[in-house]
Amino acid sequence: MNSLFLRTEKRVILRKTLRLFSLTFLALSGVYVQAQQEEVSSTALLNMPIGVSTISHEIYNLHMLIFWICVVIGVGVFGAMLWAMYFHRKSIGHEAENWHEHLGVELVWTIVPIFILVAMAWPATKTLIDLYDTSDAEIDIRVTGMQWKWQYEYLGEGVQYLSELSTSLDEIYNIEPKGEFYLQEVNNHLVIPVDTKVRFLLTGADVIHSFWVPDFAIKKDAIPGYITETWVEVTQTGVYRGECTELCGQGHAFMPVVVNVVEKDEYQFWLAEKKQEALDIAALTQVTFTMEELVERGEEAYLRSCAACHQANGQGIPPAFPALAGSAIVTGPVEAHLEIGVNGVAGTVMQAFGPLLSELDLAAILTYQRNAWGNDMGDVVQPIDVYNYIQAQ
Amino acid sequence: MAHGPAKGITRWLFTTNHKDIGTLYLWFSFAMFILGGFFAMVIRAELFEPGMQLVRPEFFNQMTTMHGLVMVFGAIMPSFVGLANWMIPLMIGAPDMALPRMNNLSFWILPPAFLMLASTLFMEGGGPNFGWTFYAPLSTTYAPDSVNFFIFAIHIMGASSIMGSINIVATVLNMRAPGMTMMKMPLFVWTWLITAFLLIAVMPVLAGAVTMMLMDINFGTAFFDAAGGGDPVLFQHIFWFFGHPEVYIIILPAFGVISEIIPTFSRKPLFGYASMVYATSAIAFLSFIVWAHHMFLVGIPISGQLYFMYATMLIAVPTGVKVFNWVSTMFRGSISYETPMLFAIAFIVLFTLGGFTGLMLSIAPSDVQYHDTYFVVAHFHYVMVAGAVFSMSAAVYYWLPKWSGRMYSEAMGKLHFWVSFIGFNITFFPQHFLGLAGMPRRYADYALQFADWNMVSSIGAFIYGASQILFLYNVVATIVAGKKVSEPKTWDGANGLEWTLPTPPPYHTFTTPPDLRDLHDHQLTDDQMEEHPGSATH
Repeated sequence: MNSLFLRTEKRVILRKTLRLFSLTFLALSGVYVQAQQEEVSSTALLNMPIGVSTISHEIYNLHMLIFWICVVIGVGVFGAMLWAMYFHRKSIGHEAENWHEHLGVELVWTIVPIFILVAMAWPATKTLIDLYDTSDAEIDIRVTGMQWKWQYEYLGEGVQYLSELSTSLDEIYNIEPKGEFYLQEVNNHLVIPVDTKVRFLLTGADVIHSFWVPDFAIKKDAIPGYITETWVEVTQTGVYRGECTELCGQGHAFMPVVVNVVEKDEYQFWLAEKKQEALDIAALTQVTFTMEELVERGEEAYLRSCAACHQANGQGIPPAFPALAGSAIVTGPVEAHLEIGVNGVAGTVMQAFGPLLSELDLAAILTYQRNAWGNDMGDVVQPIDVYNYIQAQ
Repeated sequence: MAHGPAKGITRWLFTTNHKDIGTLYLWFSFAMFILGGFFAMVIRAELFEPGMQLVRPEFFNQMTTMHGLVMVFGAIMPSFVGLANWMIPLMIGAPDMALPRMNNLSFWILPPAFLMLASTLFMEGGGPNFGWTFYAPLSTTYAPDSVNFFIFAIHIMGASSIMGSINIVATVLNMRAPGMTMMKMPLFVWTWLITAFLLIAVMPVLAGAVTMMLMDINFGTAFFDAAGGGDPVLFQHIFWFFGHPEVYIIILPAFGVISEIIPTFSRKPLFGYASMVYATSAIAFLSFIVWAHHMFLVGIPISGQLYFMYATMLIAVPTGVKVFNWVSTMFRGSISYETPMLFAIAFIVLFTLGGFTGLMLSIAPSDVQYHDTYFVVAHFHYVMVAGAVFSMSAAVYYWLPKWSGRMYSEAMGKLHFWVSFIGFNITFFPQHFLGLAGMPRRYADYALQFADWNMVSSIGAFIYGASQILFLYNVVATIVAGKKVSEPKTWDGANGLEWTLPTPPPYHTFTTPPDLRDLHDHQLTDDQMEEHPGSATH
């Protein structure tokens, strides 16, 4: 009587559990479908993007193949286990058997997995060979990772520029509402043409960074002293967003990669424009600016290139990042200030900005620093001063 | 001659007793587990929502670094050393560890090492902020000044591990009771023996890596500085030559624990004992020749890439054998679900999931998409937490009645299990999604599309964190006020020399070794179990 009652009760519990599971499953799949339709809810993000490059499709398919093989094995193993857990319980009076060895099955489950692994290794090897084939690239772009931004140089074109986070500190520190592309937006996009094999040559200027665009399925470390390479051929125009994936210091989460993939003629047009821009900026080196103009430009450039360490209020984060407000160098002779701005400080995080910024931006930043936060030096640094300083070295 | 423990604090400071030292290790590792868990809570609280709310990115990096270091070197490794100290002599019928004074030393240098490491958080410039893998040059040229204390702490931890391992090897090879040949040892002893060899092999490599860092930072060498003719990638090779065996150092003793618990509660001998030993040895061997799968993106040539991919995939074979053996042990057993068994079953399921993601990660071309994302974080927490930590919880519930002579509350134990199990999965399962969707690891802040799963993961982490308070409560409540038990065998299905001893065991056990010359395999017969060979004590 008692055991019968227990049986029924257990069956009820089992049925209830099953219903709970199926409800959860339905709810989850509902969320998933809905999210897919709306394309906004982030719970839709469950899997790797299929991506828009030739290699990304290959990698996605490989990923799904291995995933399903694992699922099948998992169902087998966990199925056997659940079977034993349910039917071979002590509480239903199951008696233990005593066997504990069987050479046959042990050989089978040692050898069969090897064949499964070979089945996995075959397509993996094929994909890896494609991934490593950087030959016949039409465009070479050197990507330099540095704390905490990327520099892109179109080799042989004379075009190079920095790409820095354009999300404001106010958004990061929750003072302003966060924009749609929070932490995934930059001032200057990397631009490449569609349907063209582009090779990236990566290096690091300070520590190791890693360059990743999920939709392209390219990720490679940018290591100081090394040049690593990878390639992509994108099949769809659009804006694609990626990030740095190797811990590189406090700004690690704040150096995204944004790539514009454009039509081929649009790319040529953009490239020509970029070349002209470089010439224009160089021409501005000859122009003399007023303090207001320099301070205005300088503040903007400072927030972009310097504030991550020295902070927007110039207080820095001592000891690693000294304060600039009231600093002996900033409020001292211009030469010493120029020296650090242009050449950096060896062995520290302070980079040599001479090769990174235009003379105009560097002059503007120095002028801003000398006159902001109560420094009030009242003097200006003109682009030509920076130019002359660099030439004199 | 006194045979009981000394009185007061000197009992613990000067003890050479394997049980006391085991207890010290276990409590120390639990303290570190709480500390490392606290760091994890800071991380998950900051990641609860996009934007920086609680800490600055710089401090966030210190938290991820210290979380990893404290959990790996302070919590997991010492906890298994503690278990080894307690159990190996009891399991092989030895009176104590072979080198008891060194045993004392290897424990007592640990607390100062971690005190020093933790103190760096209060130093000017902050503590280590370069990740637990401390890649150069972030950890050399760009490191905070406190890095020297970090290096010294690592040296001390390494010395402690090496001494502990030598002790275990010496004990297992020399102090087994007559008749207990190698292939009759309990599997926990086997896995620890192999682990100890791994430790002796790789801890000096880690010491070498940090010493080179020390030289680079303070004495002008350039081992890892490309500008001086050095090589930042060299650091990674050296680190992972230590680091990959290290993950097996963490998981092999866990395999041993599970291989003790599953047969007990299945009331059926462990399936495929010999193949378990061979599989463990195979895993240990493979662990030395796969290190560069952590470096698939540094630009090693394709031939190297292929080799490391194939070799890594091979690990699935012996690991699969172990899982199949555990399931076969359960199959047609007579299974009951006490707390240790629940943790052990959860271990098998979740560790296997971690193994599947490990297999996925071994596929070099797909690794391009997984590398350094939350997919990896999910993967290694499935093997480290659901692997090592769950097995440790299982071990504590399994042997605590034997150690303390008191029984824990089964209801409370099960509550701890279910809260941990659910909390763990809520924390780490969504991290697979986050990683695949493109969220890199060690990010102090993230883009908006990752917000939902991060919040779910953080909620899970708080649940899992809270469940450890239950664990602490259960252990303390058992020791202080648990129901007294005195049966040698706590569990009816248990087998092994430790269950022949009185409960709780006297301060000195097996002062006369049990005679096991009629032992015919790794199982003791019923007669042998009833002889109580270890109860003989002065």
